[in-house]
Parts: sequence; structure tokens; C-alpha cells
Amino acid sequence: MQWPLIKNLPNEFHFRFTKYAPVAAVISGLAIIATIAVLFLQGLNLGTDFAGGNVLEVETPTAANLDTLRAQMNQFGAEDTGVQTFGSPRDVIIKFKLDESHQTNDGVEAIKTKLSAAIPGIAFKRTEVVGPKVSAELLRSGFLALGAALVLMLIYIWIRFPSGLQFGSGAVIAVLHDVALTVGMMAFLQIEFTMTSIAALLTVIGYSMNEKVITFDRLRENLRKFRKTPLADIINLSENERLSRTIITGSTAVLALAGMLFLGGPALFPLVFAMVFGILIGTYSSIYVALPIILIWGVNRNDPDAEVVDLGGFKGGKKPKDMP
Amino acid sequence: MMNLSRWKVGLVIVAVLLGILFAVPNFLPASVRDQVKGFMPTQTLNLGLDLQGGSYLLMEVDTNDLIKTKIAAVSDDVRARLDEKGIAYTGVAATGTSVSVRITDASRLQEAQATLVKLGTPLPKNPGVMDLAVQQNSDQTLLVIFTQEGIRSTSAGAVETSIEVIRKRIDALGTKEPSISRQGVNRIVIEAPGESDPEQLKRLIGRTAKLTFQMVDETVSPSDLAAGRVPPGSEVLPDDSRGGTPLVVRKAILVSGNNLTKANVGVDEYQRPAIDFAFNSEGAKKFGDATLRNVGKRFAIVLDGHIVSAPVIHGAITTGSGQITGGFTHEEASEIVNILKSGALPAKLNFESQRTVGAELGADAVHAGVVSTIIGFLTIVVFMFLAYGFIFGGVSIAALLVNLLLIVASMTAFQATLTLPGIAGLILSLAVAVDANVLIYERIRDEERSGHRPIAAMDVGFARALVSIMDANITNLIAALIMFVFGAGPVRGFAWTLMIGVFTSVFSAILVSQILLGWWYKAAKPKKLPI
Repeated sequence: MQWPLIKNLPNEFHFRFTKYAPVAAVISGLAIIATIAVLFLQGLNLGTDFAGGNVLEVETPTAANLDTLRAQMNQFGAEDTGVQTFGSPRDVIIKFKLDESHQTNDGVEAIKTKLSAAIPGIAFKRTEVVGPKVSAELLRSGFLALGAALVLMLIYIWIRFPSGLQFGSGAVIAVLHDVALTVGMMAFLQIEFTMTSIAALLTVIGYSMNEKVITFDRLRENLRKFRKTPLADIINLSENERLSRTIITGSTAVLALAGMLFLGGPALFPLVFAMVFGILIGTYSSIYVALPIILIWGVNRNDPDAEVVDLGGFKGGKKPKDMP
Repeated sequence: MMNLSRWKVGLVIVAVLLGILFAVPNFLPASVRDQVKGFMPTQTLNLGLDLQGGSYLLMEVDTNDLIKTKIAAVSDDVRARLDEKGIAYTGVAATGTSVSVRITDASRLQEAQATLVKLGTPLPKNPGVMDLAVQQNSDQTLLVIFTQEGIRSTSAGAVETSIEVIRKRIDALGTKEPSISRQGVNRIVIEAPGESDPEQLKRLIGRTAKLTFQMVDETVSPSDLAAGRVPPGSEVLPDDSRGGTPLVVRKAILVSGNNLTKANVGVDEYQRPAIDFAFNSEGAKKFGDATLRNVGKRFAIVLDGHIVSAPVIHGAITTGSGQITGGFTHEEASEIVNILKSGALPAKLNFESQRTVGAELGADAVHAGVVSTIIGFLTIVVFMFLAYGFIFGGVSIAALLVNLLLIVASMTAFQATLTLPGIAGLILSLAVAVDANVLIYERIRDEERSGHRPIAAMDVGFARALVSIMDANITNLIAALIMFVFGAGPVRGFAWTLMIGVFTSVFSAILVSQILLGWWYKAAKPKKLPI
């Protein structure tokens, strides 16, 4: 082994990425079907942000008896009570709903008072109450945000890659694929879907789109360099060229977030989980969703418009200068 | 690209120094911060409620309730005005946003209409428009309509008033800097950091403030007052109109704020600002009787145990309305009107949402956040050293440190809220910042392999990687901006860190790495790059 480790990576990779594209297409297709199935059969585990209702995070003086607690909550007038521990057996999350007349104002406080009487020494660490009106609005604005993000990204790609209908579509379909699979995974594992999950999905969109742009940058550069080479070969060449960067960046991001995944606590788990999953799936979809779409669609190699258009000044068109 | 012009070096040095200046207070104990106040910035990171603990309450002013209250009051007023003029009528009925009344005597219809038109008051923001309109229908029926403009204006006023009422009530608690703001058309958000009891907050907001009218006890001499000798039927209250000097008032309540229906800034006969107020019929009777018995004496208007003013009764006030004069400025008058109005919330407030995080849980979250950030940072450090060696790895770590410093400093300087998701955003920003370095290094490796000399490889590498870095960060910036626009609370905190991270990471990856590698190159003059 040499150090720095980067020297161990071969100078050139010769993977034939496109060879596995049909397999990947089948896998992606099945995953999308599975996502739709999971969403229909199981549905998302909507958090209080979107479903409305109440959450109490409590610490009991001794290990909590969840069945007793659930029974007590129902006796106090709570409906749809869900009780679960996290971390230690003394840390309990209680989720419940109240009928409409009790939901607003002091209903939750009444429950807390009764709980305090039933379990002396109970400590309320977190209280969350979301009324039905607010939750409906949050859900709407959450989906609006996702839609707005996708549209803006599409516009950006359009500006960045003029007449790049293939590029734009490839990128957006790939990003949609990532968002869908991330949502599907959250539904499958029944990870709570909250406003923070929307933020995570937006981060996934941002990260995934960034992967696509970097992929396309390299592809476009090689398309100009090798005008006669078949498209599939250029795609393979471009991917091989940026493989080391893909590996290093992807693993740094995942490793850096890993600590948070385990230490962040229940409030952060959905966010970090979606981010990690999104980074992995975003890397995959650059190679096996975005590029194959371009490959199938084809690019007009003779169209001068397909030439690179720089966002002025970023590109080093200047001749290399020696140090002053 | 690799030329190290003075402005580049200067810019980085200035940024790092400013970064240290703004970031350092976060690591100093409060006592040291107090000592250096005035010499340097002493602000610290603005922690979100999820990190420092606290309560977030979202309330909505019940507009329907507001309209119902207003229409009920209008019905009473219609009866009262018509009775006053001796106009016979039948069937006063309130429906939705209007009150209908049938005038028995057709010949007095015009007079009745003119009388009822006077019930309306001009809108504060648009004095040409009245909040009530009177419409003449067939069958000698008059319809008093609470106009759409009136409803809108009243709702807006109700939100403002509620915020004012709530602020006053919360301030009395002594809770640490609560932020109370309007959200949308008819919502109020309260964010009270620290160990405030949300239950107490909610009780306080849901409760009507106590406003009372009591007689001043003139029998107590100043020396008795100083010695604390007060008769059993009286109490000592601070008189805020005289800078809080104590004044003895009788405990017996003449009228309370529950009987108050109206308070406005008006003018007295000399056109000076004054306060007009009105009681309902019960209040009017009580107040009339009390004033009749106590002409020449003083009574006190008491709000939450403080005397707002203690005017002398010049004559019996039997109309149920009165005017408080006393050489106020317009501001003072509206202030007192506000206080009078704060006696009752203008409409029911519905609690729509609540988030309370205990300080202990917040402290745990801060701990988890700090540990995760350190772990994330160390992971990146180890990874970069292993992957790129001391020189190039070290440069990227230095750039990362500058990046972290600038993020903390910018968040502190802008007082952007740092939330727990924001810490996740911070870690992601660090990873994305490293990506910029990786992109540069991989480009440099490519260029060197394709036959460039080291300096040329570095030059071209930086230049080419810049395009990708910009693209990458613009997509992240778009995502963060959308989160900022659509998100609230913790999510907005996440967006803040991502946005700040985009700028600082581009700055440090491009400029800091470039300068450090430039210096290294000048010193080492390598024949071959160690990556």
C-alpha cells in the first residue's frame, strides 16, 4: 500500500458502466414499482407535522410499562395512542389524538396533569401539538417546496446546458427517481415523515442535482474532445475519469454523517437517514438513470449549440501563468 | 489561476481575522464577555428553541368569533340608539355579518337610517371608509352591514391588539425575551426561549386581564402610607401615571373591565387628545351610580394591580360612556387606550400548534450536535490525510477549518438561528466543502497525468474544477433557498446553515487552498506532485 492512498487508485479505470445499464434499469424499475406498492399498501408514517395530533416525550422515574401507559392514556380520553421507548426504557414517546373539542387550548395540558398524578416524578421533555388546520397547511407547503425545487433545478439545467433537452430531462428524471426511492424507503421502514423529512428531500434534490451537473460537465467536455467516438464509449470514459472523485466525495459525506445518524436522537434520525440514503442513491442515479437516458435519447454531436456555454469568468480560459 | 495576487491573500487574511473576531465570543465564558463589551463583538450563536429549550406557540384569532362579538354589540347599539331617539322598531335580528331592524313608523325611516349610520367608525388605515354600512330594504327594514373592509380591518386590528395584549402579559412574567410576531393574516407566533412554563404561558394568554375601576382612598395620610398603615378595606397600589408612586385605593370594585365595550382615542372640547370609553348597560348603570355619589373625588383605573390613571370625577356619568382627559399627547392617549383594550382580548384565540422542548433535552441535543460535528470533522480529517497525504490533505483540512470558522462567525454575526437540523446541515456543508477540494485535486491529477508540469497542472486543475464547484454549489443554494422560503422553525435553521455553508465553502476551498498550495509550491518547488 502506498500513502497517500490516492496513489493506489489506478490511473485509469476501464469499467464498462453502460454494460450494466439494462440490469440497472430493471432494478430501478422494480424499485419504483415497489415504492408505489409500499406507498399504497403501507403508506407513509406521517409525523404530527402532517397528520396533526400530539406528541409527548417523557422520562419516567423507573422503566415504563408501555401497556399500562397506553391504557392510562386511553382512560384519560386520548385516542389512537401510540407508545414507544427510545434509547433507554425510561424514555418514552407518547403520540395521541384528542377529539376536536379537546384538541385546542388546554386538552393536552389536562392530559399532562393527569399523567403527572398517575406517574409521580414523570418529566415532560418535549411537547408537540399540531392542530388539523396547521398540519394540512404544512403538508401542502411541503409538497409545494418539493415541486418548486424540481422546477427551479430544471430551469437551472436548461440555462446551464442550452438546448440540452436530453440533459435536463435526464437530470430531472434521475432526481425524481431519487426522491421517489427515498420516500419509498422511508415508507418501507416506517420512518416518520415530518417537515424535516421534506428538508432532507430538498437536500437530496440539491445533492443529487449537483452530482448530475458534475457528471454532465465531464461528459460535455469529452463530447467536444472526441467528436467521432461512440456516445457509449464517451459515457464510460467520463465516468471512469471521475470515478475516484465519486468514491471519495460519496464516502466522505456518508462517513461524516454517520456519527449524526447514531447520535442525533429520534428528532434527527429521519433527516440524517434520508440524507445518507439520498447521497447513495444520488450517486447511483447519475450513472444509471441520467446517463442511460442521454444514451438512449442520443445527443446531436454536430449542433454547435451543444457546445459549452460558460457562465462567464469561472472557466480558466487563460494560459497557465507561472508563479509571481 | 495560481497567481497569488495581494488582494487574494489580503482578502483571506481579513476574512479569517473577522471570522475569529466574531466566532471567539462563543468560546468565552459570560463573565469575560461582559468585560470586553464595547471593544469587540460579544454576540454568541443564536440557538433555536430545540437547542436551548423553550416554547413555540401558534395561535389563530377566531375571526368568526370576532364577527359574532361585533354583530352582537351592533345589535345592542341599534336598540340603544333607536330607543334614545324614541323611534319605534321591531324585530332586531342578527344574521351572519349584518343586523336587520324594521322601523315601525315609515315617516321616521330616514331619521333612523341617519342615526344608525353614526354607529360606524372610519377605518384607521382608510378613514374614507366606514366599518358599518346601512342599507334600506323594502318593508321599512334597515340592514346594518359589517362590511368586508370592516371585517378585514377589524381582524387586522384584532391581531395587532392580541399581540399587544399578549406581549404585555408575557412581559409581566419576566420570561426571557419572548418573540411575538404575526404570521399570515390572523395568526400569532410566540417563541419563548428558556425555562418558561408553556402551561402558564397558555393560561396567561387565554385569560382576560383584570381591569377595574376603584375609588381612591383619600383618608390615608402620607405618613400612614409610608408606615404601611392602611385600612382593611383599602390597598396600596403603584400609580404608574406618577412614576409608580404608591396610592391607596379602596378594594371595592366599582366596575370591571368585563363591562367595557369600547375605548378609543378621541379629542376633548379643546381638540386635545383624550380617551373615549364606553360601558355596556350594566357597567353604565354601576358607573353612573358610583360617579353620582362621588363627585369631586378621585377614582383609579387599575390594570393588573397598577394604576393607569386616577382622574377626578367632575360630574355623574350616566350615559355609559365617558372621556378621560389629562393633557396627554396623542401617543400617551393611544397607549392608555391600548391598556384599556388589553383588558379583553378582541376575540377568542385558538391554539393551533405548540412545540415545547425542555432545557434538559435542549442541552442533550447541543451535546449530541457537538459530538456529531466533532466526529464528522475528524472523520473527514482522517480520510483526507489518508487519501491525499500531508500536503494536499493538510491544505484541504486547513481550508475546512477556515470554512468552519467562517460558518460559526457568519451565523453569529447575522444572528442566524442554529437548530439541531442546522447542525446536520453544517456537517453536510463540511462534506460538500471537501468535495470542492476533491474536485480540484482530481483535476490536478488528471492534468499532471496528461503531461502538464506541476504548476501548470495545478493552474489548469483549479480553473477547470471551478466550473463544477460553482455548479454544484448553485444547485445546493437553490435547494436551501426553497427550504428557507417554505420552511419554518428548525427547517429554516437548516436552510440558514446550508446557505451560509455554500458561500464559506466556495471561498475557503478556492481561495484558501489556492494560497496555501501556492506558498507550498514556492517553498518546495516539487518536480512531481505528491498526489
